[in-house]
Amino acid sequence: MTDRPVLAVEQLVLQIGGARIIDDVSLAVADGEMLGVIGPNGAGKTTLFNLISGVLPPTSGRVLVRGDDVSSLSIQRRARVGLGRTFQTSSLFAGLSARENVRLAAQVAIGGELSLLRAPRRADAATSAAEEKLDEVGLAHHAETVAGSLSHGDKRKLEIAMLLATDPGVILLDEPMAGVASGDVPGLVDVIRRVHKSGRTVLMVEHHMDVVLGLVDSVAVMHHGRLLAHDKPEVVMADATVQAAYLGESL
Amino acid sequence: MSTVLLLLITGLGLGALYFLVASGLSLIYGLMGVLNFAHGSFLTLGAFLGWEVARRMPDGSWLTFGVSILVGAVVGATVATLTELLLIRPLYLRHIEQVLVTVGLSLATVALFEGIWGVDPIYVVGPEWLNDTTDIAGALIPNDRFVLIAAAVIVLLGLVVFLKRTRYGLIIRAGVENRAMVTALGVDVRRAFTLVFAIGGAAAGIGGVLASHYFGYVSPLIGGSLLIFAFIVTVIGGLGSLTGAAIASVVVAVLQQFANFYLGGTGDFMVVALLAVVLLVKPTGLLGSKA
Repeated sequence: MTDRPVLAVEQLVLQIGGARIIDDVSLAVADGEMLGVIGPNGAGKTTLFNLISGVLPPTSGRVLVRGDDVSSLSIQRRARVGLGRTFQTSSLFAGLSARENVRLAAQVAIGGELSLLRAPRRADAATSAAEEKLDEVGLAHHAETVAGSLSHGDKRKLEIAMLLATDPGVILLDEPMAGVASGDVPGLVDVIRRVHKSGRTVLMVEHHMDVVLGLVDSVAVMHHGRLLAHDKPEVVMADATVQAAYLGESL
Repeated sequence: MSTVLLLLITGLGLGALYFLVASGLSLIYGLMGVLNFAHGSFLTLGAFLGWEVARRMPDGSWLTFGVSILVGAVVGATVATLTELLLIRPLYLRHIEQVLVTVGLSLATVALFEGIWGVDPIYVVGPEWLNDTTDIAGALIPNDRFVLIAAAVIVLLGLVVFLKRTRYGLIIRAGVENRAMVTALGVDVRRAFTLVFAIGGAAAGIGGVLASHYFGYVSPLIGGSLLIFAFIVTVIGGLGSLTGAAIASVVVAVLQQFANFYLGGTGDFMVVALLAVVLLVKPTGLLGSKA
């Protein structure tokens, strides 16, 4: 009991009609772990993220954050207990500057009652938080740039900065490399590595196997809604069932 | 030359009135997706109560004028806030019903105003200076135009600073762009809804008092007649775009003035023709991002 997982999923099931989209998945993620979730298309990776982050309610099973059951909480409430995620599709305000995007997220995190009188001071706190997070993901020089005109890679970094502004302990990244030009991948990998090194637990769905294997501490393999394996990358890749899952079906 | 200048500055003055109405309409539509047909009633009530206070104070003094504008703003903001809380909010996310309730409110309030103040125009008295003219390059410009333009510029600058510099402003701008995503961030956008209604109502109330001085009278229909052009301005400028509303206000009003003078009183027709052209060529309006 000493090493309580920061995030645990217990016997999670999502059934839609007759189909089990997520089939009895149990998974524990240790504090500070970087976990890559892999699997063929349609294996249920993003659905698992949706269940963990609260986008979808599970048919049965529980999601625990530091031992507390968050299964019935909304996305926003889960964000408040430190569960943050990005989406496959961009979730930026394209017309606002990079700084304003992060400031908005920081405002929510600093939160409290919306009071007109205290507005200026709070805005200052949010602005300095925004500068800090932009710096952390290496976008400080783009603070004034309108988000819509950033490159795909920088947009991803900006999303991560927004996520960091809400100060999450656990970060779920849904295909952070999707749509990013190959030249921008190393820079983005660096940012994710730095975010992890700063002590946060990171879960990542990613198709780029080379990226996943070079980054993560452990790999979870999903297939047909089931969790096939959860272990160190080298162990998982040597696993016969995993190889069958990948080689037996087209990606 | 002096005629052109007179038409231009009068157009700017009328455009200022349009902007005071259109700014709120545009913000409300941009953030909430609601075309607020009751906006004209906020203006009319602001004008009537501004006049009610003014007639109990010394005639023609600047203090009276200032107080009536303040009353207009407060009345507009209050009634708009109440409208949002009592009528719009219970219909959250039901846009058709929200629009219908504002249509109903506008019809009911016009009847109510007619019941209270009668259907005849009530003439208002402002500071003497407003009725004088100023000679600019040979053009004798009625002074109330300058007050209108100044008021609209102040409101525009105030709104820009509010939207750019405050945390509420940021939430509103983000909400205009993508309301669902702001909600997903954990922001209760309904507070922002109430706030834009209050701000829009205040601008309309100020517009009401100023309109009563521009036209020389208050009547229950004053809001509705301005509202039509404010809607056109909002659509031409791009729904949700404050800058677009400001530009379109000037374009529409100046076009109206010139067409009325040079093209045999076809101002209203030209404005509608311009609306049609804009909708055909650029359906999102000058600066709008969504149709």
